[in-house]
Formats: sequence, structure tokens, C-alpha cells
Amino acid sequence: MPSTFALKLKPNHLFWVKLIIHIAALAPLCLTFYQAFTDNLGGDPVTALLHFTGLGAFKLLILSLLVSPLARVLKQGLLIRVRRLIGLYSFTYAFAHFASYILFDLQLDWSLLLSEIIKRPYITVGLIAWLILLALTLTSTKKAQRYLGKKWQSLHNWVYLAVMLVSVHFLWSVKSAILEPLIYMLITLLLLLYRRDKLKRIFKKRLNNTQKIQK
Amino acid sequence: TQALDYAPDAKQVSTKLTPEEKIITHNNFYEFGTGKSDPVENAQQFKVNPWRLSVEGLAENPFSLDYDDLFKQFPLEERIYRLRCVEAWSMVVPWIGFSLAALIKKAKPLSSAKYVAFETLYDPKQMPGQKNRFAGGGIDYPYVEGLRIDEAVHPLTLLSVGLYGKTLPPQNGAPIRLVVPWKYGFKSIKSITRIRLTDKRPPTSWNRLAPNEYGFYANVNPSVDHPRWSQASERRISGASLFSRNRIDTQMFNGYEEVAPLYDGMNLRKNF
Repeated sequence: MPSTFALKLKPNHLFWVKLIIHIAALAPLCLTFYQAFTDNLGGDPVTALLHFTGLGAFKLLILSLLVSPLARVLKQGLLIRVRRLIGLYSFTYAFAHFASYILFDLQLDWSLLLSEIIKRPYITVGLIAWLILLALTLTSTKKAQRYLGKKWQSLHNWVYLAVMLVSVHFLWSVKSAILEPLIYMLITLLLLLYRRDKLKRIFKKRLNNTQKIQK
Repeated sequence: TQALDYAPDAKQVSTKLTPEEKIITHNNFYEFGTGKSDPVENAQQFKVNPWRLSVEGLAENPFSLDYDDLFKQFPLEERIYRLRCVEAWSMVVPWIGFSLAALIKKAKPLSSAKYVAFETLYDPKQMPGQKNRFAGGGIDYPYVEGLRIDEAVHPLTLLSVGLYGKTLPPQNGAPIRLVVPWKYGFKSIKSITRIRLTDKRPPTSWNRLAPNEYGFYANVNPSVDHPRWSQASERRISGASLFSRNRIDTQMFNGYEEVAPLYDGMNLRKNF
């Protein structure tokens, strides 16, 4: 059955798949910032920007975690090669989110930023997720992969913690309309459930390591 | 919306107003959806005429007003007020309306009346947010609010029937809404059908939903933070560019210090 599957992805198709991802990620981002700068993004463009970039980062992160299950189910092994690109765009949106918060919402009030990070758990959680995504972005190159060797995979396993934190950050940030964040949290949990064996292994390894250290 | 006859607010003419377009497109009115632009999108078919506002409870002269009465029973005046949302944004709005005190006086409250309870229209057919708990952000409808009677008859407390010279658009609480400028915006209940004088403190919607986050008083207070965000400053929605420095310090009682005597001797940290 797999060999007769008509739409088997080939390396030369990847160019087009990647092009579509570039356009689908960049076009709405540019359009939304253009609308915000020209004051065409509703009553409060700052809030609209924060919601759009934050939710966009979350959606792309979920999409990046969907790649390997999809590749397996559709038997399209090559699909794995677009995962890094989607992950990088997730951080691009997350970067725009944090930058908009500092520049347009807090307006460079650094002491307010510091006190909000310390005092507000949902902002603390969001920042931790952002820092994890930053670390993954900085080590996303082939060179970093080679340099870090085995450590690279254990570093990039932190993405599972990041996506969970993002989902908590979203749920915690809303005033009361929790339906949408709950749906996102459910999707996140399903993605993690799909990887339960891997997650168990990671936890076991960690547990063993700490036990070794204690001995 | 229709043009209104009213006495302009002469004291505030130099205040920089939030553009009308912003005031009528950025709304919290969960009956029409929880997004900021949901109300302007979902409320345009909302029927405000006929309307009935009943004034009842512990009063010698309970009465009710129909749609035309809202604009004719009391002389209309413009009041330019700052509106501070609990979400830490603010606007400056040229409201048109009359003092709640005038309406309460007409009802002749009994001496046992200590509080005033307000209720929004309940009509799930017209208000999609009232259809189920999730569509309306978890609020138990109809939306209810309340004031102590001395707060209610304070000269600043306004029943508004218009803004920017015209009747209220539905998303801003047509045909009649409360405006209490020294309290967070959620106290200023919209599309009111019932005002009831009572001897017990009435339940209030946001307090019922999250009592640790929203109190009965909800006075604007920069030194008492919301558990999840700071209330020390606010972003004034002005219509200027994204880079304009519109983050300003929040004032005690939203700058309306004349209401301070209402709370003499009260711990405002506890009674938030």
C-alpha cells in the first residue's frame, strides 16, 4: 500500500511545501503588523497584536509537533524535513509577541516588566516557554546539532515542556472566556499523549541520573 | 443611532477625547461575544425600541420608563468621563445622559433602601452570549450589578443614553446604561431593564464569577493589583500611533477624588 500511494513526497516537492509554509507564516504576520501600524486593527491594535502573535506562535508550535505523527500516519518520511522551519516560525511569532508586549504594551517600562515577570505567574510561565524556544532556535542549525551530539536531542526534548507552558500561559491570561484555551490545552495533551512512551523514557532517564548523583 | 438634544459639558471642552471609532469598536459586552470586536459585529440587529426600564423595590413611587421616556423624562447633559477598564486600558468618552440620583429621587426610596441593584436585558435570542456558559465567558446571565445607595446618588453617577451627540450604539449598551467613572468599567452595566432598591447587598456578576479577582466595590485603585496583572498604570486608547507613549499612571478613584468621603474609614485593600 505505501509504495502505491500516489502522492509520495519526493525531495523536489519539498521546495514547494517549504515555499507554502514561508508564505502562510509570513503573509499574515506582515499584514497584521501593517494593519497595526496604520491603525486598522480594531479599537486597540496593541491587544490585537498580542493576541495574534501569541496565538500564532502557539498554533505553529502545535503544528511542528504534529509533523512527526503525520509523517508516520501518512507514511511520508520526508515531511520531517519541514519541522525545523515550522518551529523557527513559531519562535518568530513568539519573538514578535514578546517584542510587542515590551514595545507597545509596556512601552519600555523596564521596571514594570521586571515586576510583572516576578509577580504574575502567567507571565513568568510565558517567559520560561519563550526562553526554551529561544534556546531551541539558537541550536537549530546542523552545525549546532553536530557540535552538541547526543545532548542536542535531550535539549530539544524541552519543547514538550515549552508547549505545555504555553498552553498554561494562554489559559491563565484570559479574563474568563476559557473555552478556546481549554481546546488548545486538550490538543496539547493529545500531542503529548501520543508521545507517552518517549516522555516516560525521558523521565526515567532523568530520574536515574538524579539517583546516580545522589549515590 | 439618532442625534440628541443635550447640554454640552463646558468644563471638559479641552480634554482630548478617544475617537468615536475606537469607542464603538472596542467593547466588552459578553452578551454579544467575548472578543473585543464581537459586540460591534454581533449587536447591530439588537432591538432597543420598544424598551422597558422598571424602577422598583423599596420605594414609595415605583415606576417604569418606555423607550421615549429614556430621552424625555430627565434633561440630558453631556459628561466627559475617563473610563478605566479592569484590563488596564482606558478611554475618554463624551457620554450623554442624566444623573442616576434624579431617577432614584423620582422613585422616592424608603429609608430601608441601602443598595441599588441593576439588571441587563435577558434575551438569548438576541444575545448569543447568553445561550450557554461558554459563549458568554462563564457569566451567569442576566448580568447584574449593584451600588451602595450613597454611591448611586453621587452626582457623578450617570445613566447614559448616548455618546458623541447621538443615541448609544447597541455595542455600547443601548438604549440605557450606567456609568460610574471612579470604578472599573465592568460596574457600568449595559442595556438595563431593571433597577431595584434593596436593603441587602446585591450579587454582582464578575464578583460571582471570580470573587478573588473582582470585588463588589471595584473602585479604581493603583495600589491594589488584580491578582494576574498590575493596576498601577494603564494604556490610554487615543488613536495615536503604536509608538506613542500612551501608558499613564492610574489615579486613585480614576482621578475623581471627590468620591473619597464615601469610603472614609474603609479598608479599600480588603473592600476592593
